[in-house]
Amino acid sequence: MSHYEAPIRKPLVTGDKSYHDVTLDVAAPVEGKANKSWWIVFSISLVAFLWGIGCIIYTVSTGIGTWGLNKTVGWAWDITNFVWWVGIGHAGTLISAVLLLFRQKWRMAINRSAEAMTIFSVVQAGLFPVIHMGRPWLAYWVLPIPNQFGSLWVNFNSPLLWDVFAISTYLSVSLVFWWTGLLPDFAMIRDRAVKPFQKRIYSILSFGWSGRAKDWQRFEEVSLVLAGLATPLVLSVHTIVSFDFATSVIPGWHTTIFPPYFVAGAIFSGFAMVNTLLIIMRKVSNLENYITTQHIELMNIVIMITGSIVGVAYITELVIAWYSGVEFEQYAFLNRATGPYWWAYWSMMTCNVFSPQFMWFPKLRRSIMFSFFISIVVNIGMWFERFVIIVTSLHRDYLPSSWTMFSPTFVDIGIFVGTIGFFFVLFLLYARTFPVIAQAEVKTILKSSGEKYKKLRAEHGDDTKLYDPVIGEPKMNIESNNTQTGNNN
Amino acid sequence: MSSNKKYWKSVEELKENSPIVETLQQNEFVEEIPTDEFLGDKDSLESSSTSRRDFLKFVGFSTAAASLAACEGPVTKSIPYVVQPERIVPGVANYYATTIADGFDFSSVLVKTREGRPIKIENNKLASATSNANARVHASVLSLYDNQRVKRPMVNGEAVSWEEFDRGVSQKLNAVGGKQIVLLTQTFASPSTSKLIKEFSSKYNNVKHVTYDAVSENAVLDAFEAKFGYRAMPNYDFSKAETIVSVGADFLGDWQGGGFEAGYAKGRVPQEGKMSRHIQFESNMSLAGANADKRIAVSPSKQKAVLAALYGYVAGGASNKLSAELDDVVVKAKEQLRRAGSKAVVVCGLQDVDAQLLTMAINEALGSEVMDTQNPKMSRQGNNKEVMALLSEMNSGNVGALLMAGVNPVYSLPNADEFKAALDNVDFKLSFAMKEDETAKLCDYVAAAPHYLESWGDIQITKNNVSLMQPTIKPLFDTRQFQEALLKWVGNDTSYYKYIKETWSGNLGGKSWEDALHDGSFESSMPVETTEFATAAPSASSSASRLLQNSGEGLELMLYTNTALGNGEQANNPWLQELPDPITRVSWDNYLTVSKADADRLELWNENVANGALDGCYVNVKVGDKTVKNVPVLIQPGQAKGSVGLALGYGKREAIQEEMQTGVNAYPLYQDFNNVQKVSIEKTGGRHEFACVQLHNTLMGRGDVVKETTLEIFNTKDKHVWNSVPEVSLNHEEVPVTSPEVDLWDEFDRTVGHHFNLSIDLNACTGCGACVIACHSENNVPVVGKSEVRRSRDMHWLRIDRYYSSEDTFAEDNEKKENFDGLGDSLSGFGELEEAAQENVQVVFQPVMCQHCNHAPCETVCPVAATSHGRQGQNHMAYNRCVGTRYCANNCPYKVRRFNWFLYNKNDEFDYHMNNDLGRMVLNPDVVVRSRGVMEKCSMCIQMTQKTILDAKREGREIKDGEFQTACSAACESGAMVFGDINDKESEVHELKQSDRMYHLLEHIGTKPNVFYHTKVRNTSEV
Repeated sequence: MSHYEAPIRKPLVTGDKSYHDVTLDVAAPVEGKANKSWWIVFSISLVAFLWGIGCIIYTVSTGIGTWGLNKTVGWAWDITNFVWWVGIGHAGTLISAVLLLFRQKWRMAINRSAEAMTIFSVVQAGLFPVIHMGRPWLAYWVLPIPNQFGSLWVNFNSPLLWDVFAISTYLSVSLVFWWTGLLPDFAMIRDRAVKPFQKRIYSILSFGWSGRAKDWQRFEEVSLVLAGLATPLVLSVHTIVSFDFATSVIPGWHTTIFPPYFVAGAIFSGFAMVNTLLIIMRKVSNLENYITTQHIELMNIVIMITGSIVGVAYITELVIAWYSGVEFEQYAFLNRATGPYWWAYWSMMTCNVFSPQFMWFPKLRRSIMFSFFISIVVNIGMWFERFVIIVTSLHRDYLPSSWTMFSPTFVDIGIFVGTIGFFFVLFLLYARTFPVIAQAEVKTILKSSGEKYKKLRAEHGDDTKLYDPVIGEPKMNIESNNTQTGNNN
Repeated sequence: MSSNKKYWKSVEELKENSPIVETLQQNEFVEEIPTDEFLGDKDSLESSSTSRRDFLKFVGFSTAAASLAACEGPVTKSIPYVVQPERIVPGVANYYATTIADGFDFSSVLVKTREGRPIKIENNKLASATSNANARVHASVLSLYDNQRVKRPMVNGEAVSWEEFDRGVSQKLNAVGGKQIVLLTQTFASPSTSKLIKEFSSKYNNVKHVTYDAVSENAVLDAFEAKFGYRAMPNYDFSKAETIVSVGADFLGDWQGGGFEAGYAKGRVPQEGKMSRHIQFESNMSLAGANADKRIAVSPSKQKAVLAALYGYVAGGASNKLSAELDDVVVKAKEQLRRAGSKAVVVCGLQDVDAQLLTMAINEALGSEVMDTQNPKMSRQGNNKEVMALLSEMNSGNVGALLMAGVNPVYSLPNADEFKAALDNVDFKLSFAMKEDETAKLCDYVAAAPHYLESWGDIQITKNNVSLMQPTIKPLFDTRQFQEALLKWVGNDTSYYKYIKETWSGNLGGKSWEDALHDGSFESSMPVETTEFATAAPSASSSASRLLQNSGEGLELMLYTNTALGNGEQANNPWLQELPDPITRVSWDNYLTVSKADADRLELWNENVANGALDGCYVNVKVGDKTVKNVPVLIQPGQAKGSVGLALGYGKREAIQEEMQTGVNAYPLYQDFNNVQKVSIEKTGGRHEFACVQLHNTLMGRGDVVKETTLEIFNTKDKHVWNSVPEVSLNHEEVPVTSPEVDLWDEFDRTVGHHFNLSIDLNACTGCGACVIACHSENNVPVVGKSEVRRSRDMHWLRIDRYYSSEDTFAEDNEKKENFDGLGDSLSGFGELEEAAQENVQVVFQPVMCQHCNHAPCETVCPVAATSHGRQGQNHMAYNRCVGTRYCANNCPYKVRRFNWFLYNKNDEFDYHMNNDLGRMVLNPDVVVRSRGVMEKCSMCIQMTQKTILDAKREGREIKDGEFQTACSAACESGAMVFGDINDKESEVHELKQSDRMYHLLEHIGTKPNVFYHTKVRNTSEV
């Protein structure tokens, strides 16, 4: 039940929205027809996706040699993209789980899409560990499956194996969490559906949601439990991803600061991607009243804070490298900042540390255009962060005789662009078929945080009844109505 | 057992001529099948439940089923021996001693054969001649399986039988008339061949034998001839030397036939506080110069002055006109020569009779024991004067028949065009050739010649030492060796094998023929048949003054042969093409080496592109009226100002696979067979793409990667001063990283069984590259080609890192880095350390292969446990288990792991020996050929150590020290690599591990490698 909210708080749902309006607004993209711009963006994404598939087929059939890697730099764009996508996938769970536990109501308008983004980006991320293998058809060997290959077992010492567990756990928990939240909303669309086909589909998707009080009670309980389960995952996934590097012996990788630094970076890039997507979606799907400037501003604040954490981590790394007195460590960081890949390092610094600082200015963080611009910049910066960590550490490590450079081929680029295409294909399909806002949840706060009701309260005082009282007496005596015996139970 | 039971179908069968039985026999079906009825009746068709769709389904299914059933996995047939050949046991290698003598490389070797196929060349430890098998010799086994070989005799381009060929030859030879018959051959150094040629000469009148070396040592041969009356080269035993002064002689390369590494290395390892002192005056950066204690970069003409001055100081007399600086160095060199007395030696690489005479005179004046003129080397016999004379004879039409063997003058003569033109005046041209090369193309008769592994021979590498050549495989093609043909043509029906046996009967130095053949060589007491010349005692002082007349104006070109291709004989050998040059580390190319100063002056450049690969500009190189166009430029640290260098042996185009037609042909610049030429160069447009395997040249002041010290410090200071173990802090106390308290790992139990270690002595390693090829050959390491090497994807399991100092010495580099003060210093300082020193530069070689860490970073990170540790210390790699994440390679601090980026065998994109049936015959059946997508690396030749263990076990004996070998340690004749079991406390490797000089590479990481190095000691003592 919605509790009282101070009038000074900005409304989370603007416009003169009633319950029915919410239903209509959320159902509109699903029930309506796609417009021209949707088709244009979808076509571009699809082409990019198909191009990526082509590049993947070429890689798998010919060999990893189609990429720009060499004997010294064994990972580059592949793992950069992997970590980047996993990082992006962090915001969804953070928003829906952590903010749920902290009872942050503003999450309700964005958690659905943030989680969708999470799942779609984890799908992209999951591609890379498979296709970066020399023999991807044997990828199932990284699973601890009982087998008859002479009882071969996986190596539990390997951080790559931990990745397998971390990512798959994260994906499954996120998916379940997302779907649970979707059930009442799917049911809403099912109930509104006119065509039998749609009705059938949405009734399957809603798992027979009936809207009984018991359903709601269980829904709340499951959400809370899953939120509890998902919260440690927010921290664990990127911690484990960072172990890929932190547990190695390569200067620039072997760093104890990596787990918190990676988690902060992941939240940073995830929020930036949520901003990118929602700023477009609120416009295209006419959801400005639900995803308000207030939401954008709050996310910008998170971006600013996590960006600053990341910045502190960058500087800490440099200081510790200097303080360590280890010449290889010192050189690795000197080389990062001033070596042949200086441009990547300084792009990272500019995008990740410098640009979020603009968000200290309320005017800027409330500007939709500026927020959009910064969100793109941050995503670029975070891609560079992973590139810097991976490539500049590898290309000059211990023995100078092995030092070399990396330069991507069209296949490297093609696969990356392909995953972006794939991601948008999924997201665009989602935007047309799923309730993109958790309308059931939004309705729970409509009275406390909706602009309409806030206005009513402002006009009539806090005690005003926000509903019309039932007028008139029952037409006949209920006691004498034999047909309604059920009420006595 | 088949049954005779008969089953009756009916009683009718009992009756004879029963119509029913007859009908049944004729008709398959008792009742007629109502096809017509069925198909003809429209109604029944329509009512049938089999619709057209069903029919198509059935057709589709049966087609699919039939074609699936026809599929079958690839069948590899293995055919057993019908008659088991004697001594060939499948799976067991046989070894034969033989000798390579291709006119350039002469070496007594041991050939490993498997199932009758030679697959590897090894050093012949029983050979008495000091002639190491270099990288080319190790690679020569692959040239046997060259699919560009001439497969049968040919007349005018058409294949014929040997009978027809012989008929044609004798007809032609008889028709020569009064004209000359000339045999133009390589240096055979074979007494039997000489004898045979004499017999041939006596059969046909007017026979002339001209010996021609593509890369000439004419000067030293002339000088020796002038002194001793026959053509030979003094031999040198550098193990006896205490002071070595080399003037332009790359005696660790191909200088005077090469093969001096082993002796040199012996003297370089400090023993009882002593090691040899090596001073090198040279213009190109050579292997010898790279190993020298002191290297002075001087242009060739100044080298002459240096030599004259040295003579002046040692023998007294001639004044010199050296600059004060250079004079000081020469005086010091003289002092050191003097002090070493008879243990001093001077060698010279200038193609100048005077210089060579002077060198011998200096050595005589010093009473040098190092130089041996009693048992000189015979491996070069070429006579340039006679070659030139032949040319004019040919031009004047006096040559009726030209029979060539082992030479390719149309490619390798400086004036090849003239020779080509002159060939038109010769009526009958015949060439014994393994390939249809430039010369064979112009010959009427091409005699298909066998590889040395298919031939017989006797090779006099030094005067008193004869090595035997024996076939190790039945000739692959319809070939016949030169000597065999000569025997035929002189009408002698014996085989060349018997002929050799006869030559040496009773003269085998006390050995039986079988023993001699088994050992591969014997000491001969038979005197060398020599053409005696009148020995005019040459005056050394007049030589000295003639040398001084030389003026060194303008740019000088020093032509050299490089480790990989030598004189170019084996240019079609992919192993050699991919072998990086030890100095420049460039593979698949030759190039003009230019000093930085000259490059700046002429605006020549080198640069690294986005993926790190090296690019360079082109120049045209002009000597006299000959120009070689588009020669790529490489700026070479240590190149003497005013000089440039260029390798011979490249740029072959005929009978060479397209991928291997690399580099430019520098022979046109080799005017008068002189390796020093006045040259002018002119920059042209374009950009050359190099395939360089090492893109960073300096050590960045990382002194603990290659530890080094000076002899003085080594002798006087404690080990901790010059070879300290890195320390970490434990409870505020500094403890060595090797101590168990700071080890987070559980130690494996190493006390049981063998524990292999490999010792690498940086003092003994000359960087020759023989181990690299031996590793290729033993382990089926793929060749990936120029463009892939350029992408830094070479597959070498063993590499020899070469570093240049950035300051004058590595010690100064380290000091500079230590003294960096603050960020500003580091920023500029590291930038400077990236650049190699240009004038005075120190060089160091470091062979690096998998270090087989006991605590291996690669092993922990593999998700599928494809790489794991073995009981005997090896870090194993299970190729079949590898899924190819490359995590292990990333986490390897030594970067020794190599990934199969593509499929390198049976793939037309990589059309090298692994892509044809002939070339695949060289593969070692004991080592699996890796597939695409898996990681590979040095295995410490586990197939060899296991073989040793099993042999000993079967024979019920203990393994002796020295039995355990890896391909690299077996190939290393300089003794730099020693392999063995450290659990055997008596073993050499165990002793080496206790040495004060021992250190592990990157010890501070705590990887505990099973490969260890020995600190390099430089003898910096001046006077």
